[in-house]
Amino acid sequence: MASASTAGSPPSVRPIEAPQAVPSAPSGEELSLLAGWYRTMLLARAVDELMWIVGAQGKAHFILTSRGHEAAQIGSAAALRPGYDYVFTYYRSMAAALQLGVTAEEIFLSVLAKRDDPFAGGRQLPNHFSSRRLRLPTGSSSVATHLPHAAGAGYAARVLGEEWVAVAYFGDGATAKGDFHEALTFAGIWKLPVIFFCENNGYAISVPVELESPAPIYRKAEGYGMPGVRIDGCDPLATYRAMAQAVARARAGEGPTLIEAEVVRLVSHSNADDQSAYRSAEELAAAQARDPLPRLRARLLAAGLPAAALDEWAAAAWATAEDALARAQAAPDPDPRDARRHLFAE
Amino acid sequence: MALLTLVEAVNLALREELERDPRVVVLGEDVGRKGGVFGATRGLQRDFGVLRVLDAPIAEIGIAGVAIGAAFAGLRPVAEFQFADYVHPAFDQIVNEAATISYRSNGEWCCPVVFRAPCGAGVHGGLYHSQSIEGYYAHVPGLKVVIPSNPADAKGLLKSAIRDDNPVLFLEHKASYRRERGEVPEGEHLVPLGVASLVRAGTHVTVVTYGTGVPWALQAADAVAAEGLSVEILDLRTVQPYDREAIARSVRKTSRVVIAHEANLAFGPGAELAAFIAGELFEWLDAPVVRVGARDCHVPYAEAQERAIVPSADELEAAIRQVMAY
Repeated sequence: MASASTAGSPPSVRPIEAPQAVPSAPSGEELSLLAGWYRTMLLARAVDELMWIVGAQGKAHFILTSRGHEAAQIGSAAALRPGYDYVFTYYRSMAAALQLGVTAEEIFLSVLAKRDDPFAGGRQLPNHFSSRRLRLPTGSSSVATHLPHAAGAGYAARVLGEEWVAVAYFGDGATAKGDFHEALTFAGIWKLPVIFFCENNGYAISVPVELESPAPIYRKAEGYGMPGVRIDGCDPLATYRAMAQAVARARAGEGPTLIEAEVVRLVSHSNADDQSAYRSAEELAAAQARDPLPRLRARLLAAGLPAAALDEWAAAAWATAEDALARAQAAPDPDPRDARRHLFAE
Repeated sequence: MALLTLVEAVNLALREELERDPRVVVLGEDVGRKGGVFGATRGLQRDFGVLRVLDAPIAEIGIAGVAIGAAFAGLRPVAEFQFADYVHPAFDQIVNEAATISYRSNGEWCCPVVFRAPCGAGVHGGLYHSQSIEGYYAHVPGLKVVIPSNPADAKGLLKSAIRDDNPVLFLEHKASYRRERGEVPEGEHLVPLGVASLVRAGTHVTVVTYGTGVPWALQAADAVAAEGLSVEILDLRTVQPYDREAIARSVRKTSRVVIAHEANLAFGPGAELAAFIAGELFEWLDAPVVRVGARDCHVPYAEAQERAIVPSADELEAAIRQVMAY
């Protein structure tokens, strides 16, 4: 447990750690983890693809995606204690949300802006996750504004003598924002139990990361008095290990960590974007080649899991997603008379 | 009862709430070791520690955002901004985040944060130590804006604000910090938000005001009393939500209104109050609503220039005569 630090003592700066090396053959325990994560990734992918179909049909106005980010989100979220640790998500965090306990039906209720959308009752855009039970504080559409919130939740742990960690998930573009700077400043000075998890897919809508960050993102950590790690975000074991290590540090009172997980954004930013306008066919093909799902499938097959089982899991994921969508579509819409409710805590 | 200045009353309210509830924390620049640039947090870090009374870096986005995040995780933070003029970097966190948390989560989460700052002119502060900012924030749904005029209300309102589960912007006129001195009840003295105070009953004209406008109104009322003019003074205390019923009761009684505040006139709080009165109480009015406010300018440092921009008791007195002459 961390003791109260005084502002007078300079923070100790840990050296930048090398990217995590990953053994090629998983142990029995790791294989079991990977299999479970693969099933969650299949569900995330199915929900994602189904959401875009729903959007194309005109049944929902705004569709986002986590395609290409699944391994980073699910592996890392698996290292947390759902319902105890505070997880500050962003609009791309669907796979992390599923790993932490959000259901496909809840996601579709949000996509369709239904009355019983548990995140927002239809008030927010889709995929703005919120759950008190799972300690997922509500997020806005603004980029990076939740990073100081994560620092605040870490600060609360220190004040209350609790062991929880706060995690902020965000993209590469968020690192340009003032909120990023001020959150890491607070967290670094006060050694707060916060993990800043950046999913670097190389783009902020159409703007490449070279125009968002003048230095490699994980290298920024040194300026904030915390270790920075860059990992392969398409390998769920790498993201799991990096997060687990950062969580252990934080719970032991050693302070925050910045993790940069390199991922790919397989589709456009949203259904309002067309990435073929700024990404070449060759580049998109290269991104597809890094898709974490077929990569993990190949790994599981190599480890001895039968293809038929994996195919069955994929079919089950689709069935779950379609069933969740059907139930959400049948759910009631919000009442216009409730439009002003909850402006203030009742 | 104790005789305290307004800033001492703020200090006492913070102390009592820090003692009473271990979830209350105070963070801001210079609040800890120094006790605040105006002494509002004097002695608190010594008694409650460096974590609960935290010296923040010059990072207003962080001060507001950390407070909001701490509130998500169960604390009841009081975030101090050194001057109201420096709340603006946190505008996004207050307006887009704090004020929307309950609404956007369908009531599942709330944001029990008090954002405090010294505001106001008349202290040779220039553009960046003199602003009245309540107009910007009163426009935001889901946010409460409170401005006490006297020490007893400062203590009671601040305690209520800290116990409110909603975000509250709590503004303290810096010139009133040591100028306003009065009896402050001890212990559990709570003043409800959203309720105005009838400072003085009168029959000829109502002055609707708050903050530094209250001493102006008292001075102006005394000046015209000799001519037989009876001025009713209503101290809103909470700018948003403002006490419509109290305003209505008073206007029905006097039929003439002057609204006074130190903020700029254009799109200022008085514009909303005047629209409410003219719209809902039109048939009770015997004269158009008159507003007193700053002359739509930034606050200059040179003394004579500042006096040319910022209102005063004399200007309020002239406005009272103007509305009576109609």
